[in-house]
Amino acid sequence: MPGLEDLYREIILDHYRNPRNRGELDSPPAHRVEGFNPLCGDEIVVYLDLDDERRITDIRIGGQGCSISQSSASMMSAAVKGHTVEEVGDLTRAFKAMMSIHESSLGGEAAEPVELPDVKLGDLEALRGVVKFPVRIKCATLAWNTLAQGIDEALA
Amino acid sequence: MALTTPLDVDAIRADFPLLSRTVHDTPIVYLDSAATSQKPTAVLDAMDAYYRTVNANVHRGVYFIAEQATNDLEAAREKVRRFINASSVSEVIFTKNATESLNLIVQSWGRANLAAGDVVVLSHMEHHANIVPWHMLVAERGIELRWIPLTPDGRLDLSDLDALLDGAKVLSVTAMSNVLGTLNPVRQLTDAARAAGAISIIDGCQSVPHTATDVQALGADFVAFSGHKLCGPTGVGVLWGREELLTAMPPFIGGGEMIRDVRLDGFTCNDLPWKFEAGTPAIAEIIGLGAAVDYLTGIGMDAIRAHEHMLTEYTLRTLADRFGPDIAIHGPSDPDLRGGVFSFAFKDLHPHDISQILDQHAVCVRAGHHCAKPLMKLMGVGATARASVYLYNTTADIDALADALESAGAFFAF
Repeated sequence: MPGLEDLYREIILDHYRNPRNRGELDSPPAHRVEGFNPLCGDEIVVYLDLDDERRITDIRIGGQGCSISQSSASMMSAAVKGHTVEEVGDLTRAFKAMMSIHESSLGGEAAEPVELPDVKLGDLEALRGVVKFPVRIKCATLAWNTLAQGIDEALA
Repeated sequence: MALTTPLDVDAIRADFPLLSRTVHDTPIVYLDSAATSQKPTAVLDAMDAYYRTVNANVHRGVYFIAEQATNDLEAAREKVRRFINASSVSEVIFTKNATESLNLIVQSWGRANLAAGDVVVLSHMEHHANIVPWHMLVAERGIELRWIPLTPDGRLDLSDLDALLDGAKVLSVTAMSNVLGTLNPVRQLTDAARAAGAISIIDGCQSVPHTATDVQALGADFVAFSGHKLCGPTGVGVLWGREELLTAMPPFIGGGEMIRDVRLDGFTCNDLPWKFEAGTPAIAEIIGLGAAVDYLTGIGMDAIRAHEHMLTEYTLRTLADRFGPDIAIHGPSDPDLRGGVFSFAFKDLHPHDISQILDQHAVCVRAGHHCAKPLMKLMGVGATARASVYLYNTTADIDALADALESAGAFFAF
């Protein structure tokens, strides 16, 4: 049986207690997007500033959620700030791969080895244990899906 | 204060095989009966025996076991009729679940009787199953929804009830909140609705499994409830309705069983209750539900309510004594006004995290919005943790909940 220490790593609890980039940005000019986990009622709000070079110059996180969704959002905000949307796309794919979510598995195609971008996950590695608690994977990915939607909308 | 129960809970627990299992090498503490109840051997055996010895489609064949299957199904209907004191089996309609029962009312009665501007009165403590079907009718017909507000302690605020009901066609409310545990004054509500010229619909999902139900005494026009919350299987629910209304209503789902005649140019409906039971029904589940109401009747619904009243008193007192201001239990504090459903906030822990840690102690509680998002919004929370009890729970289960909460508090101590 996976233990609680697999799920609630110290660094996760640290991000939960001291969330990074918590707050709001004036919108507009910032892009604001909301994400919901319909299963549990968690809500997240992502505020994004993108510059002309498609770089995330600032990001803020609002909303409410459990320790896993909040810490994932906090780590995400720290990891993507200052990076281009292409780099963020690679990071998102690497993070989701760690969560056992592969784009190929969503397309109904036979599962093939996925060419993963060479990305360092850093602190985000701490969320690897979430895979052992499948119900909580949606908690960990909520912020990422919301960010992806925000980027799509901001560039549209 | 001595707490007594009229139930022999040890004997009752022995009737529920699942309660003897372990989770993570720890005996299970099941505190989620508001989501679904566990099933006694009597129900499992009845369903098993049906499949092993009787299985045939109902209302069709003339051969022996087909007639036996039909008789068993209709015997279950009579058991349910007696359980809720309906005046006729014609008024007992088997559905898939309470959600389907409520949708049946809205789609059949609602579409036949409601037009733009007509008013339907709901409350702030409704389950999504008693909200969304009405929203769908708002979109289709332009009906108007009005909402009974709540008092700060989670009861219906009826101070403006007459004004809310003024000109209304429908009052549809829950008899007991699945979040707050509040027992609503159903008779007062149905009387007020009738006085205003509105029909009344009662969501009995949480009340029917836990309190004696007499649909005639409730004064309602429709009562919906599910089988799986009252020791029966999933896949079967009940709609009770007054025969006069059911007779006048158009059918809901079309197909076999619900017809008397089908021609190239149309069809004629079957009699009640089969008019609303298109297709092969959930035969084994209906028979299982019959066994469940027999089981509950044998124990006694008043005794079950008395047992849960005792557990409610014990739970409220134990959690307050052990955690003081660190715990906030939503809903009324008087056990006379509530059933054994306890939504709570504990320290600043998120319900998901509470539920996760409790699971390590084999304590099963629900975390989430409980399909009552408008109520969550009113309460100013995204989710709650919820423990709920039934006839097989004991004060030891509540002690285990408190111990596990203490451990959760320590784990997340900042």
